[in-house]
Amino acid sequence: MRRLLVLGAGTAGTMVVNKLRRRLARAEWQITVVEPSDTHYYQPGYLFLPFGAYGPEQVVKPTAPLITDGVDLVRGEVDRVAAAENRVLLADGRSLPYDYLVIATGVTPRPDQTPGMLDGGQWRRSIFDFYTYDGALALAKALDAFEGGRLVVHITDMPIKCPVAPLEFVFLADAYFRSRGMRDRVELVYATPLPGAFTKPIAAARLGSMLDDRKITVEPDFLVERIEDTTLVSYDEREIPFDLLVTVPLNMGADYVARSGLGNELNLVPVDRHTMLAKAYDNIFALGDANDVPTSKAGSVAHFAVDVFADNFVEYTAGKPMTGSFDGHANCFVESGDGKALLIDFNYDTEPLPGSYPVPAVGPFRLLDEAAVNHWGKLAFRWMYWNLLLPGRPIPLPAHMSMAGKHLPRSEE
Amino acid sequence: MPVTTIAGRDVHVDDEGFLTVYDEWDPDLARQLAAQIGLDLTDEHFKALTFLRADYVTQGETATLRRVSALGGIPTKELFSLFPKKPAKKMAYIAGLPKPHGCV
Repeated sequence: MRRLLVLGAGTAGTMVVNKLRRRLARAEWQITVVEPSDTHYYQPGYLFLPFGAYGPEQVVKPTAPLITDGVDLVRGEVDRVAAAENRVLLADGRSLPYDYLVIATGVTPRPDQTPGMLDGGQWRRSIFDFYTYDGALALAKALDAFEGGRLVVHITDMPIKCPVAPLEFVFLADAYFRSRGMRDRVELVYATPLPGAFTKPIAAARLGSMLDDRKITVEPDFLVERIEDTTLVSYDEREIPFDLLVTVPLNMGADYVARSGLGNELNLVPVDRHTMLAKAYDNIFALGDANDVPTSKAGSVAHFAVDVFADNFVEYTAGKPMTGSFDGHANCFVESGDGKALLIDFNYDTEPLPGSYPVPAVGPFRLLDEAAVNHWGKLAFRWMYWNLLLPGRPIPLPAHMSMAGKHLPRSEE
Repeated sequence: MPVTTIAGRDVHVDDEGFLTVYDEWDPDLARQLAAQIGLDLTDEHFKALTFLRADYVTQGETATLRRVSALGGIPTKELFSLFPKKPAKKMAYIAGLPKPHGCV
């Protein structure tokens, strides 16, 4: 019996086991997934919780029913991977041997990594995050009670999960305060370590002008060193005082990755960017946010990468070369407020471009342009996530990015 | 790929002036590149540049500030004082490496 062991039953890990269970013969392969939580969270929904647009029940389901029959679900916390011995040790002392290992334990917000964030007395009083379930719900109460002042939306450092979410948050906050008739009493500031609203030039220009239109002040190149009471202080001694801070703490891979000697400085597993095979071991893959590939940390990326990986894995374990090559494809709806959204679609080599995005039956969506159809696409995605994506059923979105519908702006001087 | 003349020799650069050929760099060129953005290089600067260039050989991409601080042993605060305002970009420029692609 050959053994595939998957660490983490989040978006990537769940898709991996559900897809591969269908592809790998039950008589030959045992598939096990290790997960400490008995709850699966629909993380894209966290964005809507603070504004009361989603209720808590819309973003949680029990983990076990999401894992297909024939996969062993082990409740437990990983202590470390003993890669030289091909086994994983759990915190409770159990030892799980493997022939192939998939690390899919993602990244976690780490407010403890910035002095004054978690330990300065303001955490969950005037400092909130929305990348955790508890944080998003606590922020909902804080927003409800907010009477005005300076609200700062802040990114600690890149990379982060869903890099457009802080922008979406500030767009939704603008719409939210307008709907409450108090926008003139709220100063919105967007503090980012990037030189602008986004990394890629065409999208950065478009999203930057949307921030200007909404009178949202951007504080670029702001790398926080510490928080002093209710002031963000950067490494170059710039200060941003706040009444309410919505921060995205440093995102790091799991600590066991570091303890096992498998991670980089952020506990991310270095992998080949086209096959997700770890650079250090030829029987370890890292999928989803847990790896170091230079594209967005996002569910769409996990989905496209797992599609490529599943075919590759069947070839690889049959002793053949892997013929699939992941192109860094990411596809993100960007909520812009008032029932509209943008869509961006890009990969390692092609930045987000304007145009249209054809999808049979439901499309086309509009790229880099605010439209209601994109907003409905984003809301519909929650159903697709639970019912198609996690079970590993086919979705009419090809894994590789396509240029169909995209407009390449004429290059400028 | 454009070619430009720095310190009396031809080097290959991209649209933004970042060197594109690893081996065209040397410390003299670094001093010239630094002067173009108003910096006078000291041993401390070279410690960071040396780490960056060595790390690039093994990683194939330009190190982030966090990596220079964690593995190169130079605190981020110091990097900001050595290469003010945009240390990651300035270090890469002077070290003759690609602009760090501020993760998407």
